[in-house]
Amino acid sequence: MTLIKLFWSFFQIGLFSIGGGMAAMPLIQNQVVNMHQWLTLTEFTDLITIAEMTPGPIAINSATFVGIRIAGIPGAIIATIGCILPSCAIVSLLAWLYFKYKELTLVQGILSGLRPTIVALIASAGLSIFILAVWGEGGFSMNPQAINLVSVLLFSSALFILRKWKPNPIFVMLGSGIIGGAIYLII
Amino acid sequence: MENKKHIYRKLFACTFYLSAFTFGGGFVIVPLMKKKFVDDLKWIEENEMLNLAAIAQSSPGAVAVNAAILLGHRIAGISGALVTISGTVLPPLITLSVISLFYAAFRDNIVVNAILKGMQAGFAAVIADVVLNLGSNVLKEKDMVSAIIMAGAFIATFFLKINVIYIILACGCIGAAKILIQMKKAQKDGEAQ
Repeated sequence: MTLIKLFWSFFQIGLFSIGGGMAAMPLIQNQVVNMHQWLTLTEFTDLITIAEMTPGPIAINSATFVGIRIAGIPGAIIATIGCILPSCAIVSLLAWLYFKYKELTLVQGILSGLRPTIVALIASAGLSIFILAVWGEGGFSMNPQAINLVSVLLFSSALFILRKWKPNPIFVMLGSGIIGGAIYLII
Repeated sequence: MENKKHIYRKLFACTFYLSAFTFGGGFVIVPLMKKKFVDDLKWIEENEMLNLAAIAQSSPGAVAVNAAILLGHRIAGISGALVTISGTVLPPLITLSVISLFYAAFRDNIVVNAILKGMQAGFAAVIADVVLNLGSNVLKEKDMVSAIIMAGAFIATFFLKINVIYIILACGCIGAAKILIQMKKAQKDGEAQ
């Protein structure tokens, strides 16, 4: 019974969270904290922190975290499947439509409007992460003391290396993590 | 057959490690996918990648999962999509299973926090690099409408915090209107001659 409830809850979260990332947060809170009391609000806040610190989409992270606490490994798997099932169905349908009709002039027009939009969305996501890295949780401020100089240094050298030698970005991120981690622990 | 197996293995490996290194979820996996599948492997074109990203963003669910489904589907059909879904979902499933067992210790660990803070800056640089490439490609088209859409969408999402869905709908409509006007104009020019 618990497994079915888990599945159904995360199925709804997967179905109604459009836009990804933080957009799913209020839905997860409603299902997990308010409706089913699977987590307390403090545990939920911890979950968000962990979900932000670890790789992967927040909805999948939450499904695993809640599932494993309620019903162990099977719970984690069932909740995750519930979470991605709606996407699988809807995205497959859209993919089919896209591959079938992408040559149409009108569809070409719509897509030509969407491509610059996607670049803007990536830029916006990147700028948010940049602000988080340089100014921390408080967000942008004019106060020079609020600037994290280590982050600025890491960011500029990483960007320079990426533009100049085009290495695999994963290594740049790992390198930045190791060097930055060492500096933060020393100072 | 051997070749197909090779593609599945490569698809799984790529999505697995992209998912394992994408922090924060949401849209940030798209630039990494673009670097891997467009620049390195050359399996799909840049424009097609952006089209798929638009579909992923406008569908319900996690953007990373949606994008993985579309990529897998595009490269190797339904079975390709199944491969990329498992590649994308397994890293967070494994990581979170381990962490949930001792999450208080993880949350308060100084070393973990320091490394994650360092990675944040590197991550911002990776995205900046991709934005510079994609943005200059859009401007190279020398199409005013595209440039205006890009600037307008950025202001709408970053400063005005308008829901991404509305931005996508509006920009899709602008693109459609542009094509319709061009077609009308071409028709008129044709009649005039």
